[in-house]
Formats: sequence, structure tokens, C-alpha cells
Amino acid sequence: MDTPVIELSGVIKSFGPVDVLKGVELKAFAGKVTALVGDNGAGKSTLIKGLSGVQPYDEGVVKFAGQEVTIHDPRQASALGIEVVYQDLALCENLDIVQNMFLGREEILTGTLNEADMELQATKALQSLSVRTVKSVRQKVSSLSGGQRQTVAIARSVLREAKLVILDEPTAALGVAQTEQVLNLVRRLADAGIAVIIISHNLSDVFKVCDDIAVLYLGRMVAHLKTAETTYSDVVGYITGTKTQEGSN
Amino acid sequence: MSAPLPPTAIGSGNEGTLKDQFDSYLSRLKNGEMGSLPAIAAILVLAGVFYALSPQFFLGPINFANMFVQAAELTMLSAALVFVILLAEIDLSAGVTAGVSMAVFIVLIKYQNWNWGLALVAAFIAGLAIGWVIGFIVAKIGVPSFVVTLAFFLGFQGMQLVLLGEGGVYRVEVPAIISIMNDNMPVWAGWAMLVVMALVMAGLSLWDRSRRSRFGLVSKPISLLLIKIVALLGIGGVAVNYMNQNRSQGPIPILGVPIVVPITIGVLFVGSFVLDRTKFGRHLYAVGGNPEAARRAGIKVGRIRIYAFMICAFMAVISGVFHSSRIGNVDGSAGHTIVLSGVAAAVVGGVSLFGGRGKLIHAAIGALVITMIDNGLGLLQMPAGINFLVEGGVLLLAATIDALARKRSGGSIARS
Repeated sequence: MDTPVIELSGVIKSFGPVDVLKGVELKAFAGKVTALVGDNGAGKSTLIKGLSGVQPYDEGVVKFAGQEVTIHDPRQASALGIEVVYQDLALCENLDIVQNMFLGREEILTGTLNEADMELQATKALQSLSVRTVKSVRQKVSSLSGGQRQTVAIARSVLREAKLVILDEPTAALGVAQTEQVLNLVRRLADAGIAVIIISHNLSDVFKVCDDIAVLYLGRMVAHLKTAETTYSDVVGYITGTKTQEGSN
Repeated sequence: MSAPLPPTAIGSGNEGTLKDQFDSYLSRLKNGEMGSLPAIAAILVLAGVFYALSPQFFLGPINFANMFVQAAELTMLSAALVFVILLAEIDLSAGVTAGVSMAVFIVLIKYQNWNWGLALVAAFIAGLAIGWVIGFIVAKIGVPSFVVTLAFFLGFQGMQLVLLGEGGVYRVEVPAIISIMNDNMPVWAGWAMLVVMALVMAGLSLWDRSRRSRFGLVSKPISLLLIKIVALLGIGGVAVNYMNQNRSQGPIPILGVPIVVPITIGVLFVGSFVLDRTKFGRHLYAVGGNPEAARRAGIKVGRIRIYAFMICAFMAVISGVFHSSRIGNVDGSAGHTIVLSGVAAAVVGGVSLFGGRGKLIHAAIGALVITMIDNGLGLLQMPAGINFLVEGGVLLLAATIDALARKRSGGSIARS
């Protein structure tokens, strides 16, 4: 098996007396979608915040493409090629799609914004994901549906040439058709060679799109499963703690 | 008819013929993105009503030029406020900041015998410093801008009195300053100004088009640019021609475009250029639209806020210079009342107090509406009370139209 894009081992994180992560392992491979599932309070968000640099881990080894790295702030994560698509999206509704996709890293030519270059790149990024739902890249985000916004947020990570994209509950607020679109998009993201981690509570989504499933239970990684080799009820068992995997701690 | 696009093609809103562009403009209007259209309608209605009520005065050559001079002060202050309103902040102290800076200006000339040019530079530096302090308190300490600038509004009224002395009124004896509001350009310069405006408009647009075509992107039909330039030359030509008529009632002719007009247009142009075409401008809109998204995108939100307050204060000082030029002196009460009219002008013109939406030109159009009400009711010799009532009514009407338009389109009225 090739080197995982990201490999965590022995990750520990406490808030005062509360141990949230008690030695967690996680691997995500290029071209694969890895689901991170677990009940509320299992430590999913804390694990992700450490990867994105928002809340660094207390202890543990983080390897990025085989190299040991430390991620202490969001800029370091971004420089490595780790992009997080947050549940609340972080788009500016008053700006258009191109402006949002390039926010904070605008292309400049002779001191002014190079709108043409940005427009072309944004269009290409959307096309590379076979996005069909967006009419114009110059639409304001306020005029987009939830699914379209999610699309823009995901396409932004493609534009930034991310190696690892972490999606926090990407379908939580979406209807059936839009969920389908976003899941297809996630699949294409992985097919483009990016490692994808999805946090989700929706197991039917997980089974539809993910290659691997990692289950967190009370701060421990209780199972690493291949989607093809497991069942719905097994995963529920691991999440609720009624089942444990041999060889896992 | 535009050619049918292949299913995966993603447009940019630049495709299609003139008619397609017009249709998409109409659909944006229907979606509640009306910009300053209601304000432009208000200008036409007000012009019609006041012309009907006092035909010999309102659109007469004296008053026509006079109205632009009157509007300049408010336009500049309102445009200054746009920079902070875009961040969903407010600067209630913009007027008194201008007052204090002009007090610094006059005191340096009168008591320190400074050269007026240096004193003017000092006044602008004073304005920038005040803007920095306000911005720092808002952005870094986290006090709401309403409270910070209210405190400065109260405190600086005192500062003006301290600098100028109780009841102190000083004449501005600087011809260059006085002539801004009181003198006119030669006839040829008015026409030259208009030609320069058309050339700049065409030049920027052609520059954009050449950039787009270099990246293989479609541009809007060139006929649209031609229509805009013809409109500019047409409307501007009528206005310049009118201001170039002799409006003197005595033997010495008075004619030409007032000097303040090109200064105001120049400042608005530079400000708009910064907002529309620079990284800073883009980041300003982003922070106004969603500060958290801006922060996550790596934008230094605090720094943007501080700069916005500094620009606001700087442009407020320009408005203060206009004010001193018009009334010919600096006194302790300058700038106390104008700030609320400035906010009103911005809102009437289509700038959203919720942040992230609006342009400098909106403030200028709104300022023209407010000034026309002032001016027209004044000519009709209405009492001041009526004046305030009408202005208040227009502000409420403008805000209501905006809210209804957004509600009908299903958009959110108030985004927090």
C-alpha cells in the first residue's frame, strides 16, 4: 500500500481535566474517501481542528506524505495543502463565486485584481469537477442554493491544489437531490487524486461514497473498516460502543 | 439570441447580445438588487416637482451650479462613511473629526504662522490619526463603533472649542481654499473634464476587455460600452453646457463648472477604483459580508477595519475643507449636524447598513437627493421644520423600498 497523505498516531488532546482524544490513529489515502464517524462528543471535531491548525494537539505524531510535520496554525495547514470545508461554509454572500473562490489569494496584475485570470481558473476548477448546477461564475453567492454553495466551497479547495480536503458534515443541511450532487462531487474530488475525509452522521451517505470508515468512540479510534467489507449494523455497533474490533485499542 | 451552450459550460454573465444583457439587468432588479435606481427616480421626481413649483429658480443656471456646490460637502462625507458602513460599522464622529482637523489647520496658520499647504497636510494627518485611534479601539479592543464614535462625537465638540476658544471664529484667508467652492473653471476646462471622464471610462473598459480576451473569455457587447459613453457625454454635456452659461446678475460674468466638481469626481473615482479593483477593496467587501469567512480566508480583518476608519476620517477632512471654503471660516460648531445627513444620503443612495453592499456613487446620488430636498424647499421658502420632515420621510421610504424589494425576492433582509 502506498504512503497515506495524512497519518496520525498517538494523538492526545485534553481540555483541562477532560481527555477528548486518548491516543488516536487515522490514515487517509490519496484518491480515497475516508469517513470519520462517531457519536456526539466522540472527538471528531477536535481531531479535525488539530489537523486544520485551529487547535493543535497536545501529543502525537502527524505525518504528511510520510514526513513528520507540526501544524500549529491554519496557515501551516493551508501551506501543506490541507483544506477544511466547514459546515457553516465560510462564504461571503455579497461576493460572487469567483471572488469567493479566490478570497485571500487574489491574482494581481500591475497592482490591480486580475479578474480575467481568476474567472478562467474558477471556471476550470468547477468544470474539472463536472459541476452542472452553476449557471454563471459571476453569480452572487446569496443567489445560490445550499448545494451550490457547498459546491463552491469544495471547488475552492481544488483551486488551492489541496492534497487533503476535510469536509465537516457536507450534507447536513441539504435536500435529497442536492445531497446526491454533493456526494458525486466528493467522489470526483477523490478521483482527481485528492485524499478526502468526511465527517458525517448520515450513514447512508457514508456507505454511498466512502472507501474507508474510521469510527471514533469516546476519544479512541475503535474501528478502521473497508466500506465494502462491513455492514450498516456493524458500524452502528462500533459507534454506540456495543461492538469492538479485534486488534484495535 | 445567444447560441445554445453545451451542458457543462459555465457562463460568466458576459455572454449574449445587448438584449440579453438588458434582460439580465431586469432580472437582477426583480431580485431586489436595485442599487441606486430608487434614488435616481427620486432625483427625477424631485426635479419635476420643484421645477413645477418654482420654474424660474430651481433649474435656473444660478441654482443649478449652486446645487452641485451644496451637494459636494455632503457627497464627500457620505462617501467617506461608505467605507465604514460597508463593514457594517458606523462613524458618528466623521463630522467633528473634520471640524477638529480644520481647527488644527486654522490654529497652525494663525498662531504658528505655518504655510497653509503644510497646515493642510497637518490637518489631514490629524484626521488619519483620529481614524487610526477609532479603528484601533473598534478592531483591536472590540468596543462597538457606535459607542466609540459617539464618545468621539461628544468629546471632539469640546476639542473644537478648546482649540478655537469659546465662540472662536476664524476667517480662512487662503485664496486657494476659498476658491474651491466659490470659483469656477474656464469654459474649456469644463469640456476637457468631460472628455477626460469619457476617455478614462473607455480606457478602463477596453483594458478589461483586452485582459479578458487574452484569457480567451467573452466580454460584454461593445455596444454596451458605447451606450454608456454616449450617455455620459449626453448627460454630462447638458450639465457642463448649462454651467458654462453666464449666471451673473451683475456686470461681471460668472460662468463655468465650479472647481469643487472635478475635485469631487476625482476623489470618488480614486475611491471607487480602490474598492472595485484592488485587493484591499475586495477584502473590505468580504469583511463586510462575512467577517468570519474573511478571517478563515487569511484576511487580516482587524487591519482592514483600521484602514477603513482611517480612509473615512481622511475623506471627512476633505469634506471639512469644502465646508470651510464655502462659509469662508472655521468655527467651533463645524461638522456637528452633517454626519446624520451623510448616513441618510448613503442609505437613500442604496448602501446597506448591514454591510458588504454599496458603492461610492450610491452615496453621491443619495447626497444629491438630500441636497435637492434642502435646496428646493429652501427656494419655496418652506420653514426648516418641513425640510427635516421631508428628508426623514424620504429616508424611511428609501429603506422601506429596499426592504420590500429584498423580501419579495425571498432574500434575507437583515443578515447578521
